[in-house]
Amino acid sequence: MTAMDLASRQLPGSERRVQLMATCLCDAFFDDVARATVEVLQHLGCIVEFPEGQTCCGQPAFNSGDWDSSRKVVRHTVNTFGGDVPVVVPSGSCAAMMFHGALLEFEREPDRANVAALGRRSWELADFIVNALGVSKWPGRFPARVALHRSCHGRGTPTPEAAATLLKSIAGVEILPFGEEDQCCGFGGTFSVAFPHISSAMGNLKLDYLDAVKPDYLVSVDMSCLMHMNGLAQKEGRPLHVRHLAQVLRDALVTS
Amino acid sequence: MKKQPIDTFAENLTAEKHAAVRGGTKATHEKRSVMLPEHFQNPQRLREMAGEIKQHAIENLDTYLPQVEAKLQSNGVQVHWAETADEACATVHRIMQARQATKLVKAKTMVSEEIGLAEYLEERGIESLETDLGEFIVQIDGDHPSHIVRPIIHKSRREIAVSFEREGLGAYNDDPATITQRARRWLRPKYMEAQVGLTGANFVSAESGRIVLVTNEGNSRFSLAGPRCHIALIGIEKIVPRDRDLGVLLNLLARSATAQPLTVYTEFISGPKLADRPDGPEEMHVVFVDNGRTEVLASECREILRCIRCGACLNVCPVYRQASGHAYRSVYPGPVGAVLSPLLAGKRFPELADLPKASSLCGACNEVCPVNIPIPDLLLRLRNRGKEEHAELASVATPGLAGWAWLASQPTAWKTALVAGKAMNVVPSALLPVPALRAWEKDRTLPEWRGGEFRKWWRKNERKTEL
Repeated sequence: MTAMDLASRQLPGSERRVQLMATCLCDAFFDDVARATVEVLQHLGCIVEFPEGQTCCGQPAFNSGDWDSSRKVVRHTVNTFGGDVPVVVPSGSCAAMMFHGALLEFEREPDRANVAALGRRSWELADFIVNALGVSKWPGRFPARVALHRSCHGRGTPTPEAAATLLKSIAGVEILPFGEEDQCCGFGGTFSVAFPHISSAMGNLKLDYLDAVKPDYLVSVDMSCLMHMNGLAQKEGRPLHVRHLAQVLRDALVTS
Repeated sequence: MKKQPIDTFAENLTAEKHAAVRGGTKATHEKRSVMLPEHFQNPQRLREMAGEIKQHAIENLDTYLPQVEAKLQSNGVQVHWAETADEACATVHRIMQARQATKLVKAKTMVSEEIGLAEYLEERGIESLETDLGEFIVQIDGDHPSHIVRPIIHKSRREIAVSFEREGLGAYNDDPATITQRARRWLRPKYMEAQVGLTGANFVSAESGRIVLVTNEGNSRFSLAGPRCHIALIGIEKIVPRDRDLGVLLNLLARSATAQPLTVYTEFISGPKLADRPDGPEEMHVVFVDNGRTEVLASECREILRCIRCGACLNVCPVYRQASGHAYRSVYPGPVGAVLSPLLAGKRFPELADLPKASSLCGACNEVCPVNIPIPDLLLRLRNRGKEEHAELASVATPGLAGWAWLASQPTAWKTALVAGKAMNVVPSALLPVPALRAWEKDRTLPEWRGGEFRKWWRKNERKTEL
């Protein structure tokens, strides 16, 4: 079995030294999200390291079935993130790749143990703040009505609850429930270009439900979902403002 | 550029069919999601337990199959083994020939769809009549079921009323109660005329040899009341070790399938009519069907054999809701079908290698599965198999990622590409030789490329903190 016990992951030491996995999406498009992640972690007293050789978690090829290519990237990632401190990533999807997906494609590989070791060190940001650092109340203020998109890779992990806990605790935040919250936004990596009709239809359904409650911000722990929904909304001229949870946490501190 | 057939099917689906499929699946899923936590303190643990029971059963079939055979035989049942679909059909045909039977009434069984039994028998002059209302409508229309539990989820009552009028079941009337009454009146005498009744089985207990059938229409009971001979067609993965396991599985099956605490009829069949057991057909046969299951068991996707055919994964699946069941070109649609159908196809796997791709891997299927099958993991394994076997359908419309993998393993090249990517902000994507980009931009905009910006900030920020 490949399932990893998420309760037994590496906790930070007294120095709170962590490594940041910025994700390829933030590296290419969403630099402010990576920056907000650093600022949030530093606010929590963490010493953040950024291994410069990092690229991507390997998920695009993994999800496409090209495991040979994916393993190449995972091996590179394993080599880049040496040491034994927690690796924090502002994405539920990349975190799940590290502690679940990668293990699946390394089942019969001789270096599986190295991959598993990195998996045990990998934390999605909200999960890390709440369950590794024990922080469940966020200071500052963020006066906004927000919809929290439950990104799918959080299923079966502590992330969705952690994200909701943090968001709810911020003064001024009102969380708006909306229709079929458990449904996927339709991104799914290369699925979005291989099945463009179904993918867009799924995303537009999400946007219909959001239109009905008109949040100031759509918030998620994954930029991939937000990029998809924002891209659909912009194309059709629908009003939608997206924020990564890290940005909301950072902005709450700034506002206070 | 070639398109994925399931995406094209979804695109061409009429608004009416799409609404019927989406509405039906959504309503059942929502009822189920309310009911389970209302009825059980820890539905999650219950799903895990059910999964463990079924996993144990399929991993120990070598013990349980001989055990159930002996038990069935001591209960007076004749047991047959069929390795292939053809063997299974031929076995049913032989049993019927031996009784000089020409008419068969059938309760709903997915395995009979899987082996193409009705066509096989009809080609040999045997009338094989579906008695489940949905399956009956599918049969008179020459159609195929599009859902495991609700075969006509894709049909409107208007369409059904037209079919009934055409088949002489009465003038156009699309009132559901009238449709049901008419089908009932038409079917009743057929039960009496048929010499053989055929059912599937939801479970078979290795401990007692009891066969369990769940239905809502009572048609399986009628199929056993008139005919003198009962044939149960059963996939070998339907075995459960003990009768008490049924307590867990039956509780989850009906709630997951139709959001009912129990189906209207739950039948426990112990064998044919005997001196001390005065009811039922005088002759009973069980045909155990392999049809590729042993190969599935030997594969890395064996967990799919836990499936109890509830259809909950279809109901929750956003892709099934958009595409409908026929998009999957196989007997088993939806998430479970996307795993099971290509596996059961054996050597014809490449013909269905696109099915595992038809998923955003959202994981909703695993979350609702009453036997906790890790469907997304199995879809991923099959995607990898499709790639390794160079199945064309596995890579249609999917961008190749070997070049990306090279780039993502060379940090220097990666950083250069990050900065160079800024050209995307000024070059219209129509000029770029990247089909995936065009597929993305058909319905969505791309965000501004800001490659390298974070790293620039990081270096500045780091210097600041060092000071």
